[in-house]
Amino acid sequence: MLTLEGLVIRQDGFELSADLHVPDGARVAVIGPSGAGKSTLLNAVAGFQPVDEGRIRMQGRDVTGLAPGKRPVSMLFQDNNLFPHLSAAQNVGLGLRPDLRLDAAQRARVAQALERVGLQGLEGRKPGQLSGGQASRVALARVLVQGRGLVLLDEPFAALGPALKAEMLDLLEEVLDETGATLLLVTHDPADALRIAPQTILVADGWANAPVATAQLFADPPLALRSYLGVPKS
Amino acid sequence: MAVGAVAIRRAWPGILAAALVAAFVLASLGAVLWFAGGGGAPGPGDWAALRFTLMQASLSAVLSVALAIPTARALARRNFPGRGALITLLGAPFILPVIVAVLGLLAVFGRNGIVSQGLALVGLPPLSIYGLHGVLLAHVFFNLPLATRILLQGWQEIPAERFRLAAALDMGPAQVMRFLEGPMLRAMVPGALLAVFGLCLSSFAVVLMLGGGPKATTLELAIYQAFRFEFDLGRAATLAAIQAVLVGAVLWIGLRIMRPDGQGLGHDRVLRRWDGEGWVLRVQDGAVLALVSVFLLVPLGLIVARGAAGLGQLPPSVWEAFWASLAVTLASTLLGVGMALAIGLASVRAGWVEVLGMMGIATSPLVLGTGLFLLVNPWINPARLAFVVTAAVNAVMILPFALRVLTPSLRRIETDYGRLADSLGLTGWARLQLLIWPRARRSLGFAAGLSAAMAMGDLGVIALFADPRQATLPLQMYRLMGAYRMEAAFGAALLLLATSLALFWIFDRGGRGDADA
Repeated sequence: MLTLEGLVIRQDGFELSADLHVPDGARVAVIGPSGAGKSTLLNAVAGFQPVDEGRIRMQGRDVTGLAPGKRPVSMLFQDNNLFPHLSAAQNVGLGLRPDLRLDAAQRARVAQALERVGLQGLEGRKPGQLSGGQASRVALARVLVQGRGLVLLDEPFAALGPALKAEMLDLLEEVLDETGATLLLVTHDPADALRIAPQTILVADGWANAPVATAQLFADPPLALRSYLGVPKS
Repeated sequence: MAVGAVAIRRAWPGILAAALVAAFVLASLGAVLWFAGGGGAPGPGDWAALRFTLMQASLSAVLSVALAIPTARALARRNFPGRGALITLLGAPFILPVIVAVLGLLAVFGRNGIVSQGLALVGLPPLSIYGLHGVLLAHVFFNLPLATRILLQGWQEIPAERFRLAAALDMGPAQVMRFLEGPMLRAMVPGALLAVFGLCLSSFAVVLMLGGGPKATTLELAIYQAFRFEFDLGRAATLAAIQAVLVGAVLWIGLRIMRPDGQGLGHDRVLRRWDGEGWVLRVQDGAVLALVSVFLLVPLGLIVARGAAGLGQLPPSVWEAFWASLAVTLASTLLGVGMALAIGLASVRAGWVEVLGMMGIATSPLVLGTGLFLLVNPWINPARLAFVVTAAVNAVMILPFALRVLTPSLRRIETDYGRLADSLGLTGWARLQLLIWPRARRSLGFAAGLSAAMAMGDLGVIALFADPRQATLPLQMYRLMGAYRMEAAFGAALLLLATSLALFWIFDRGGRGDADA
């Protein structure tokens, strides 16, 4: 699904390299100390961060020079995932057509997706009239209608309480089951990784390492991860 | 942000608009410099105009800021009913047509004004408002509020904790001035002085009506007179070149010392203050604020009172001028704000574009007008282009103000939602319609309101180009005053005032719409 070939990103004295492959349909957590470049990696994949060396391939295609909207990617950010001046249905509809000229079938799909995430009847609400959990559901409904091959999440549920976050991760899992998409999830919480992502990319010391099995990684953390987790270095 | 090539592709409408503005300004300046000296080297009259320009601008700046200090200080440490209204009133000179304010000042301080009438009752001679002191009076009327708002901003930027600390140390008003307010004033006053000085350099309508004669002629007025009375284009060009160098130099100094946000538009936060509780200071602050309010409100009140009587007998020429003004105003607003939107959007990606768009402030309307006149004169009768040129020059002059209002909100939209929009492929028209327009609507409305009011009240280029059969409302009002048809002039003034305020209100209101996001 996603291949990073000899990728190097430089930014004000900071350097991040990656050379890795994420198979189709995989669910991968991205974890590492803060400032190590987790978000930078995700932004490069999404197309927001220019790449200094190397290529990014998705579904066999070279997307290195492509604008963010042209890549087969859905992305959810830490905040501002919805436009506050548009209704829930409009925010979801943007995933189908960025100019919002939807036909009847597309409108039906929007309604269906909102129902799927448990928001029937709230189509006309604007984000300001929704709770934090409901707003996250709208964003997931958009991921659902976009149906893109790769879903990138940059700690999107960090502001929610633990129970709500777990609920959202479960819903995310259902969405991924339906679309068959590949997942990259940036998180600082090992519990998230263990809950949803069988594999993990460790970003530390200027490298984004190839994905390894999550359970094993946390069972026997490498040195770079130990200090981050606060595990004794014995 | 996005990749370089994409950024430039998205920015091209703004780059095009900015290039047009720059070409327009540079072509006019070029024509002025090319023709300058055609009328010989500057004569004694021209040097006198330069001296008077500098003197009146310096005195206006010093007087306005000196009076603004106690006013801002009183506003900063007092809370009273009507405080918000008074601060709003201090913003009014931006949208108040200059000629209306001057007529209002004449109604108070003129030969037949209420002050002279009062003096006559006790057997004293009437005041004369014409000359340097009249020009200064009008400039203080316009710039005292501006300076007050700039300084008030400075006061409000002193952290509340400092005042609490001062109270804990039992500092009196004198110590608070020395340790808190003094340093702030030392930082803010130069900028305020320079802002007023710069505005007064290019002041035309005030000097046209209250100045004149060998002792009270500014460069801008001398340009107009060289055109109108002597039709000496070479001399006009020489004067315009001096004026252009002067304005450019002041702008250059300004850019070096001004803080980026010195416009003083923030307001309405009263700190709890422990100093200044004594009754002497209370009386002092109350008196300052009362005097300033009276000074600002009475001239406007007289316009309304006397204008209402004159509204019924407006000659048809006023209505013709009204419609012409409305058309010119809407054209310059549409053009100015449209360009501001394009340039603002481009400047989010490439900052230098905004600098080109700001070029209007590096020159004055009469300099631009002179250059354009010189450019078109060989080919076509300039009077035929009077309205077109007025609309274009107004658009260029309002562009810097519109950009100042728009750019911060466009930047915010881009930081908050740019990446989301990019990831959804929201580009081009869809991005404008679904993201920029709804979120920038408020500042677009405010920018359009400000622009429309400024264009509506403008009396500048039109005076150079118009022949006697053409007029905008301010020019027609000026002609009525020149013909001593005062009732009709007051009526026209009220019409102009009401139209300017209404235009501001309609655009600003339209921008607010259903503000639920």
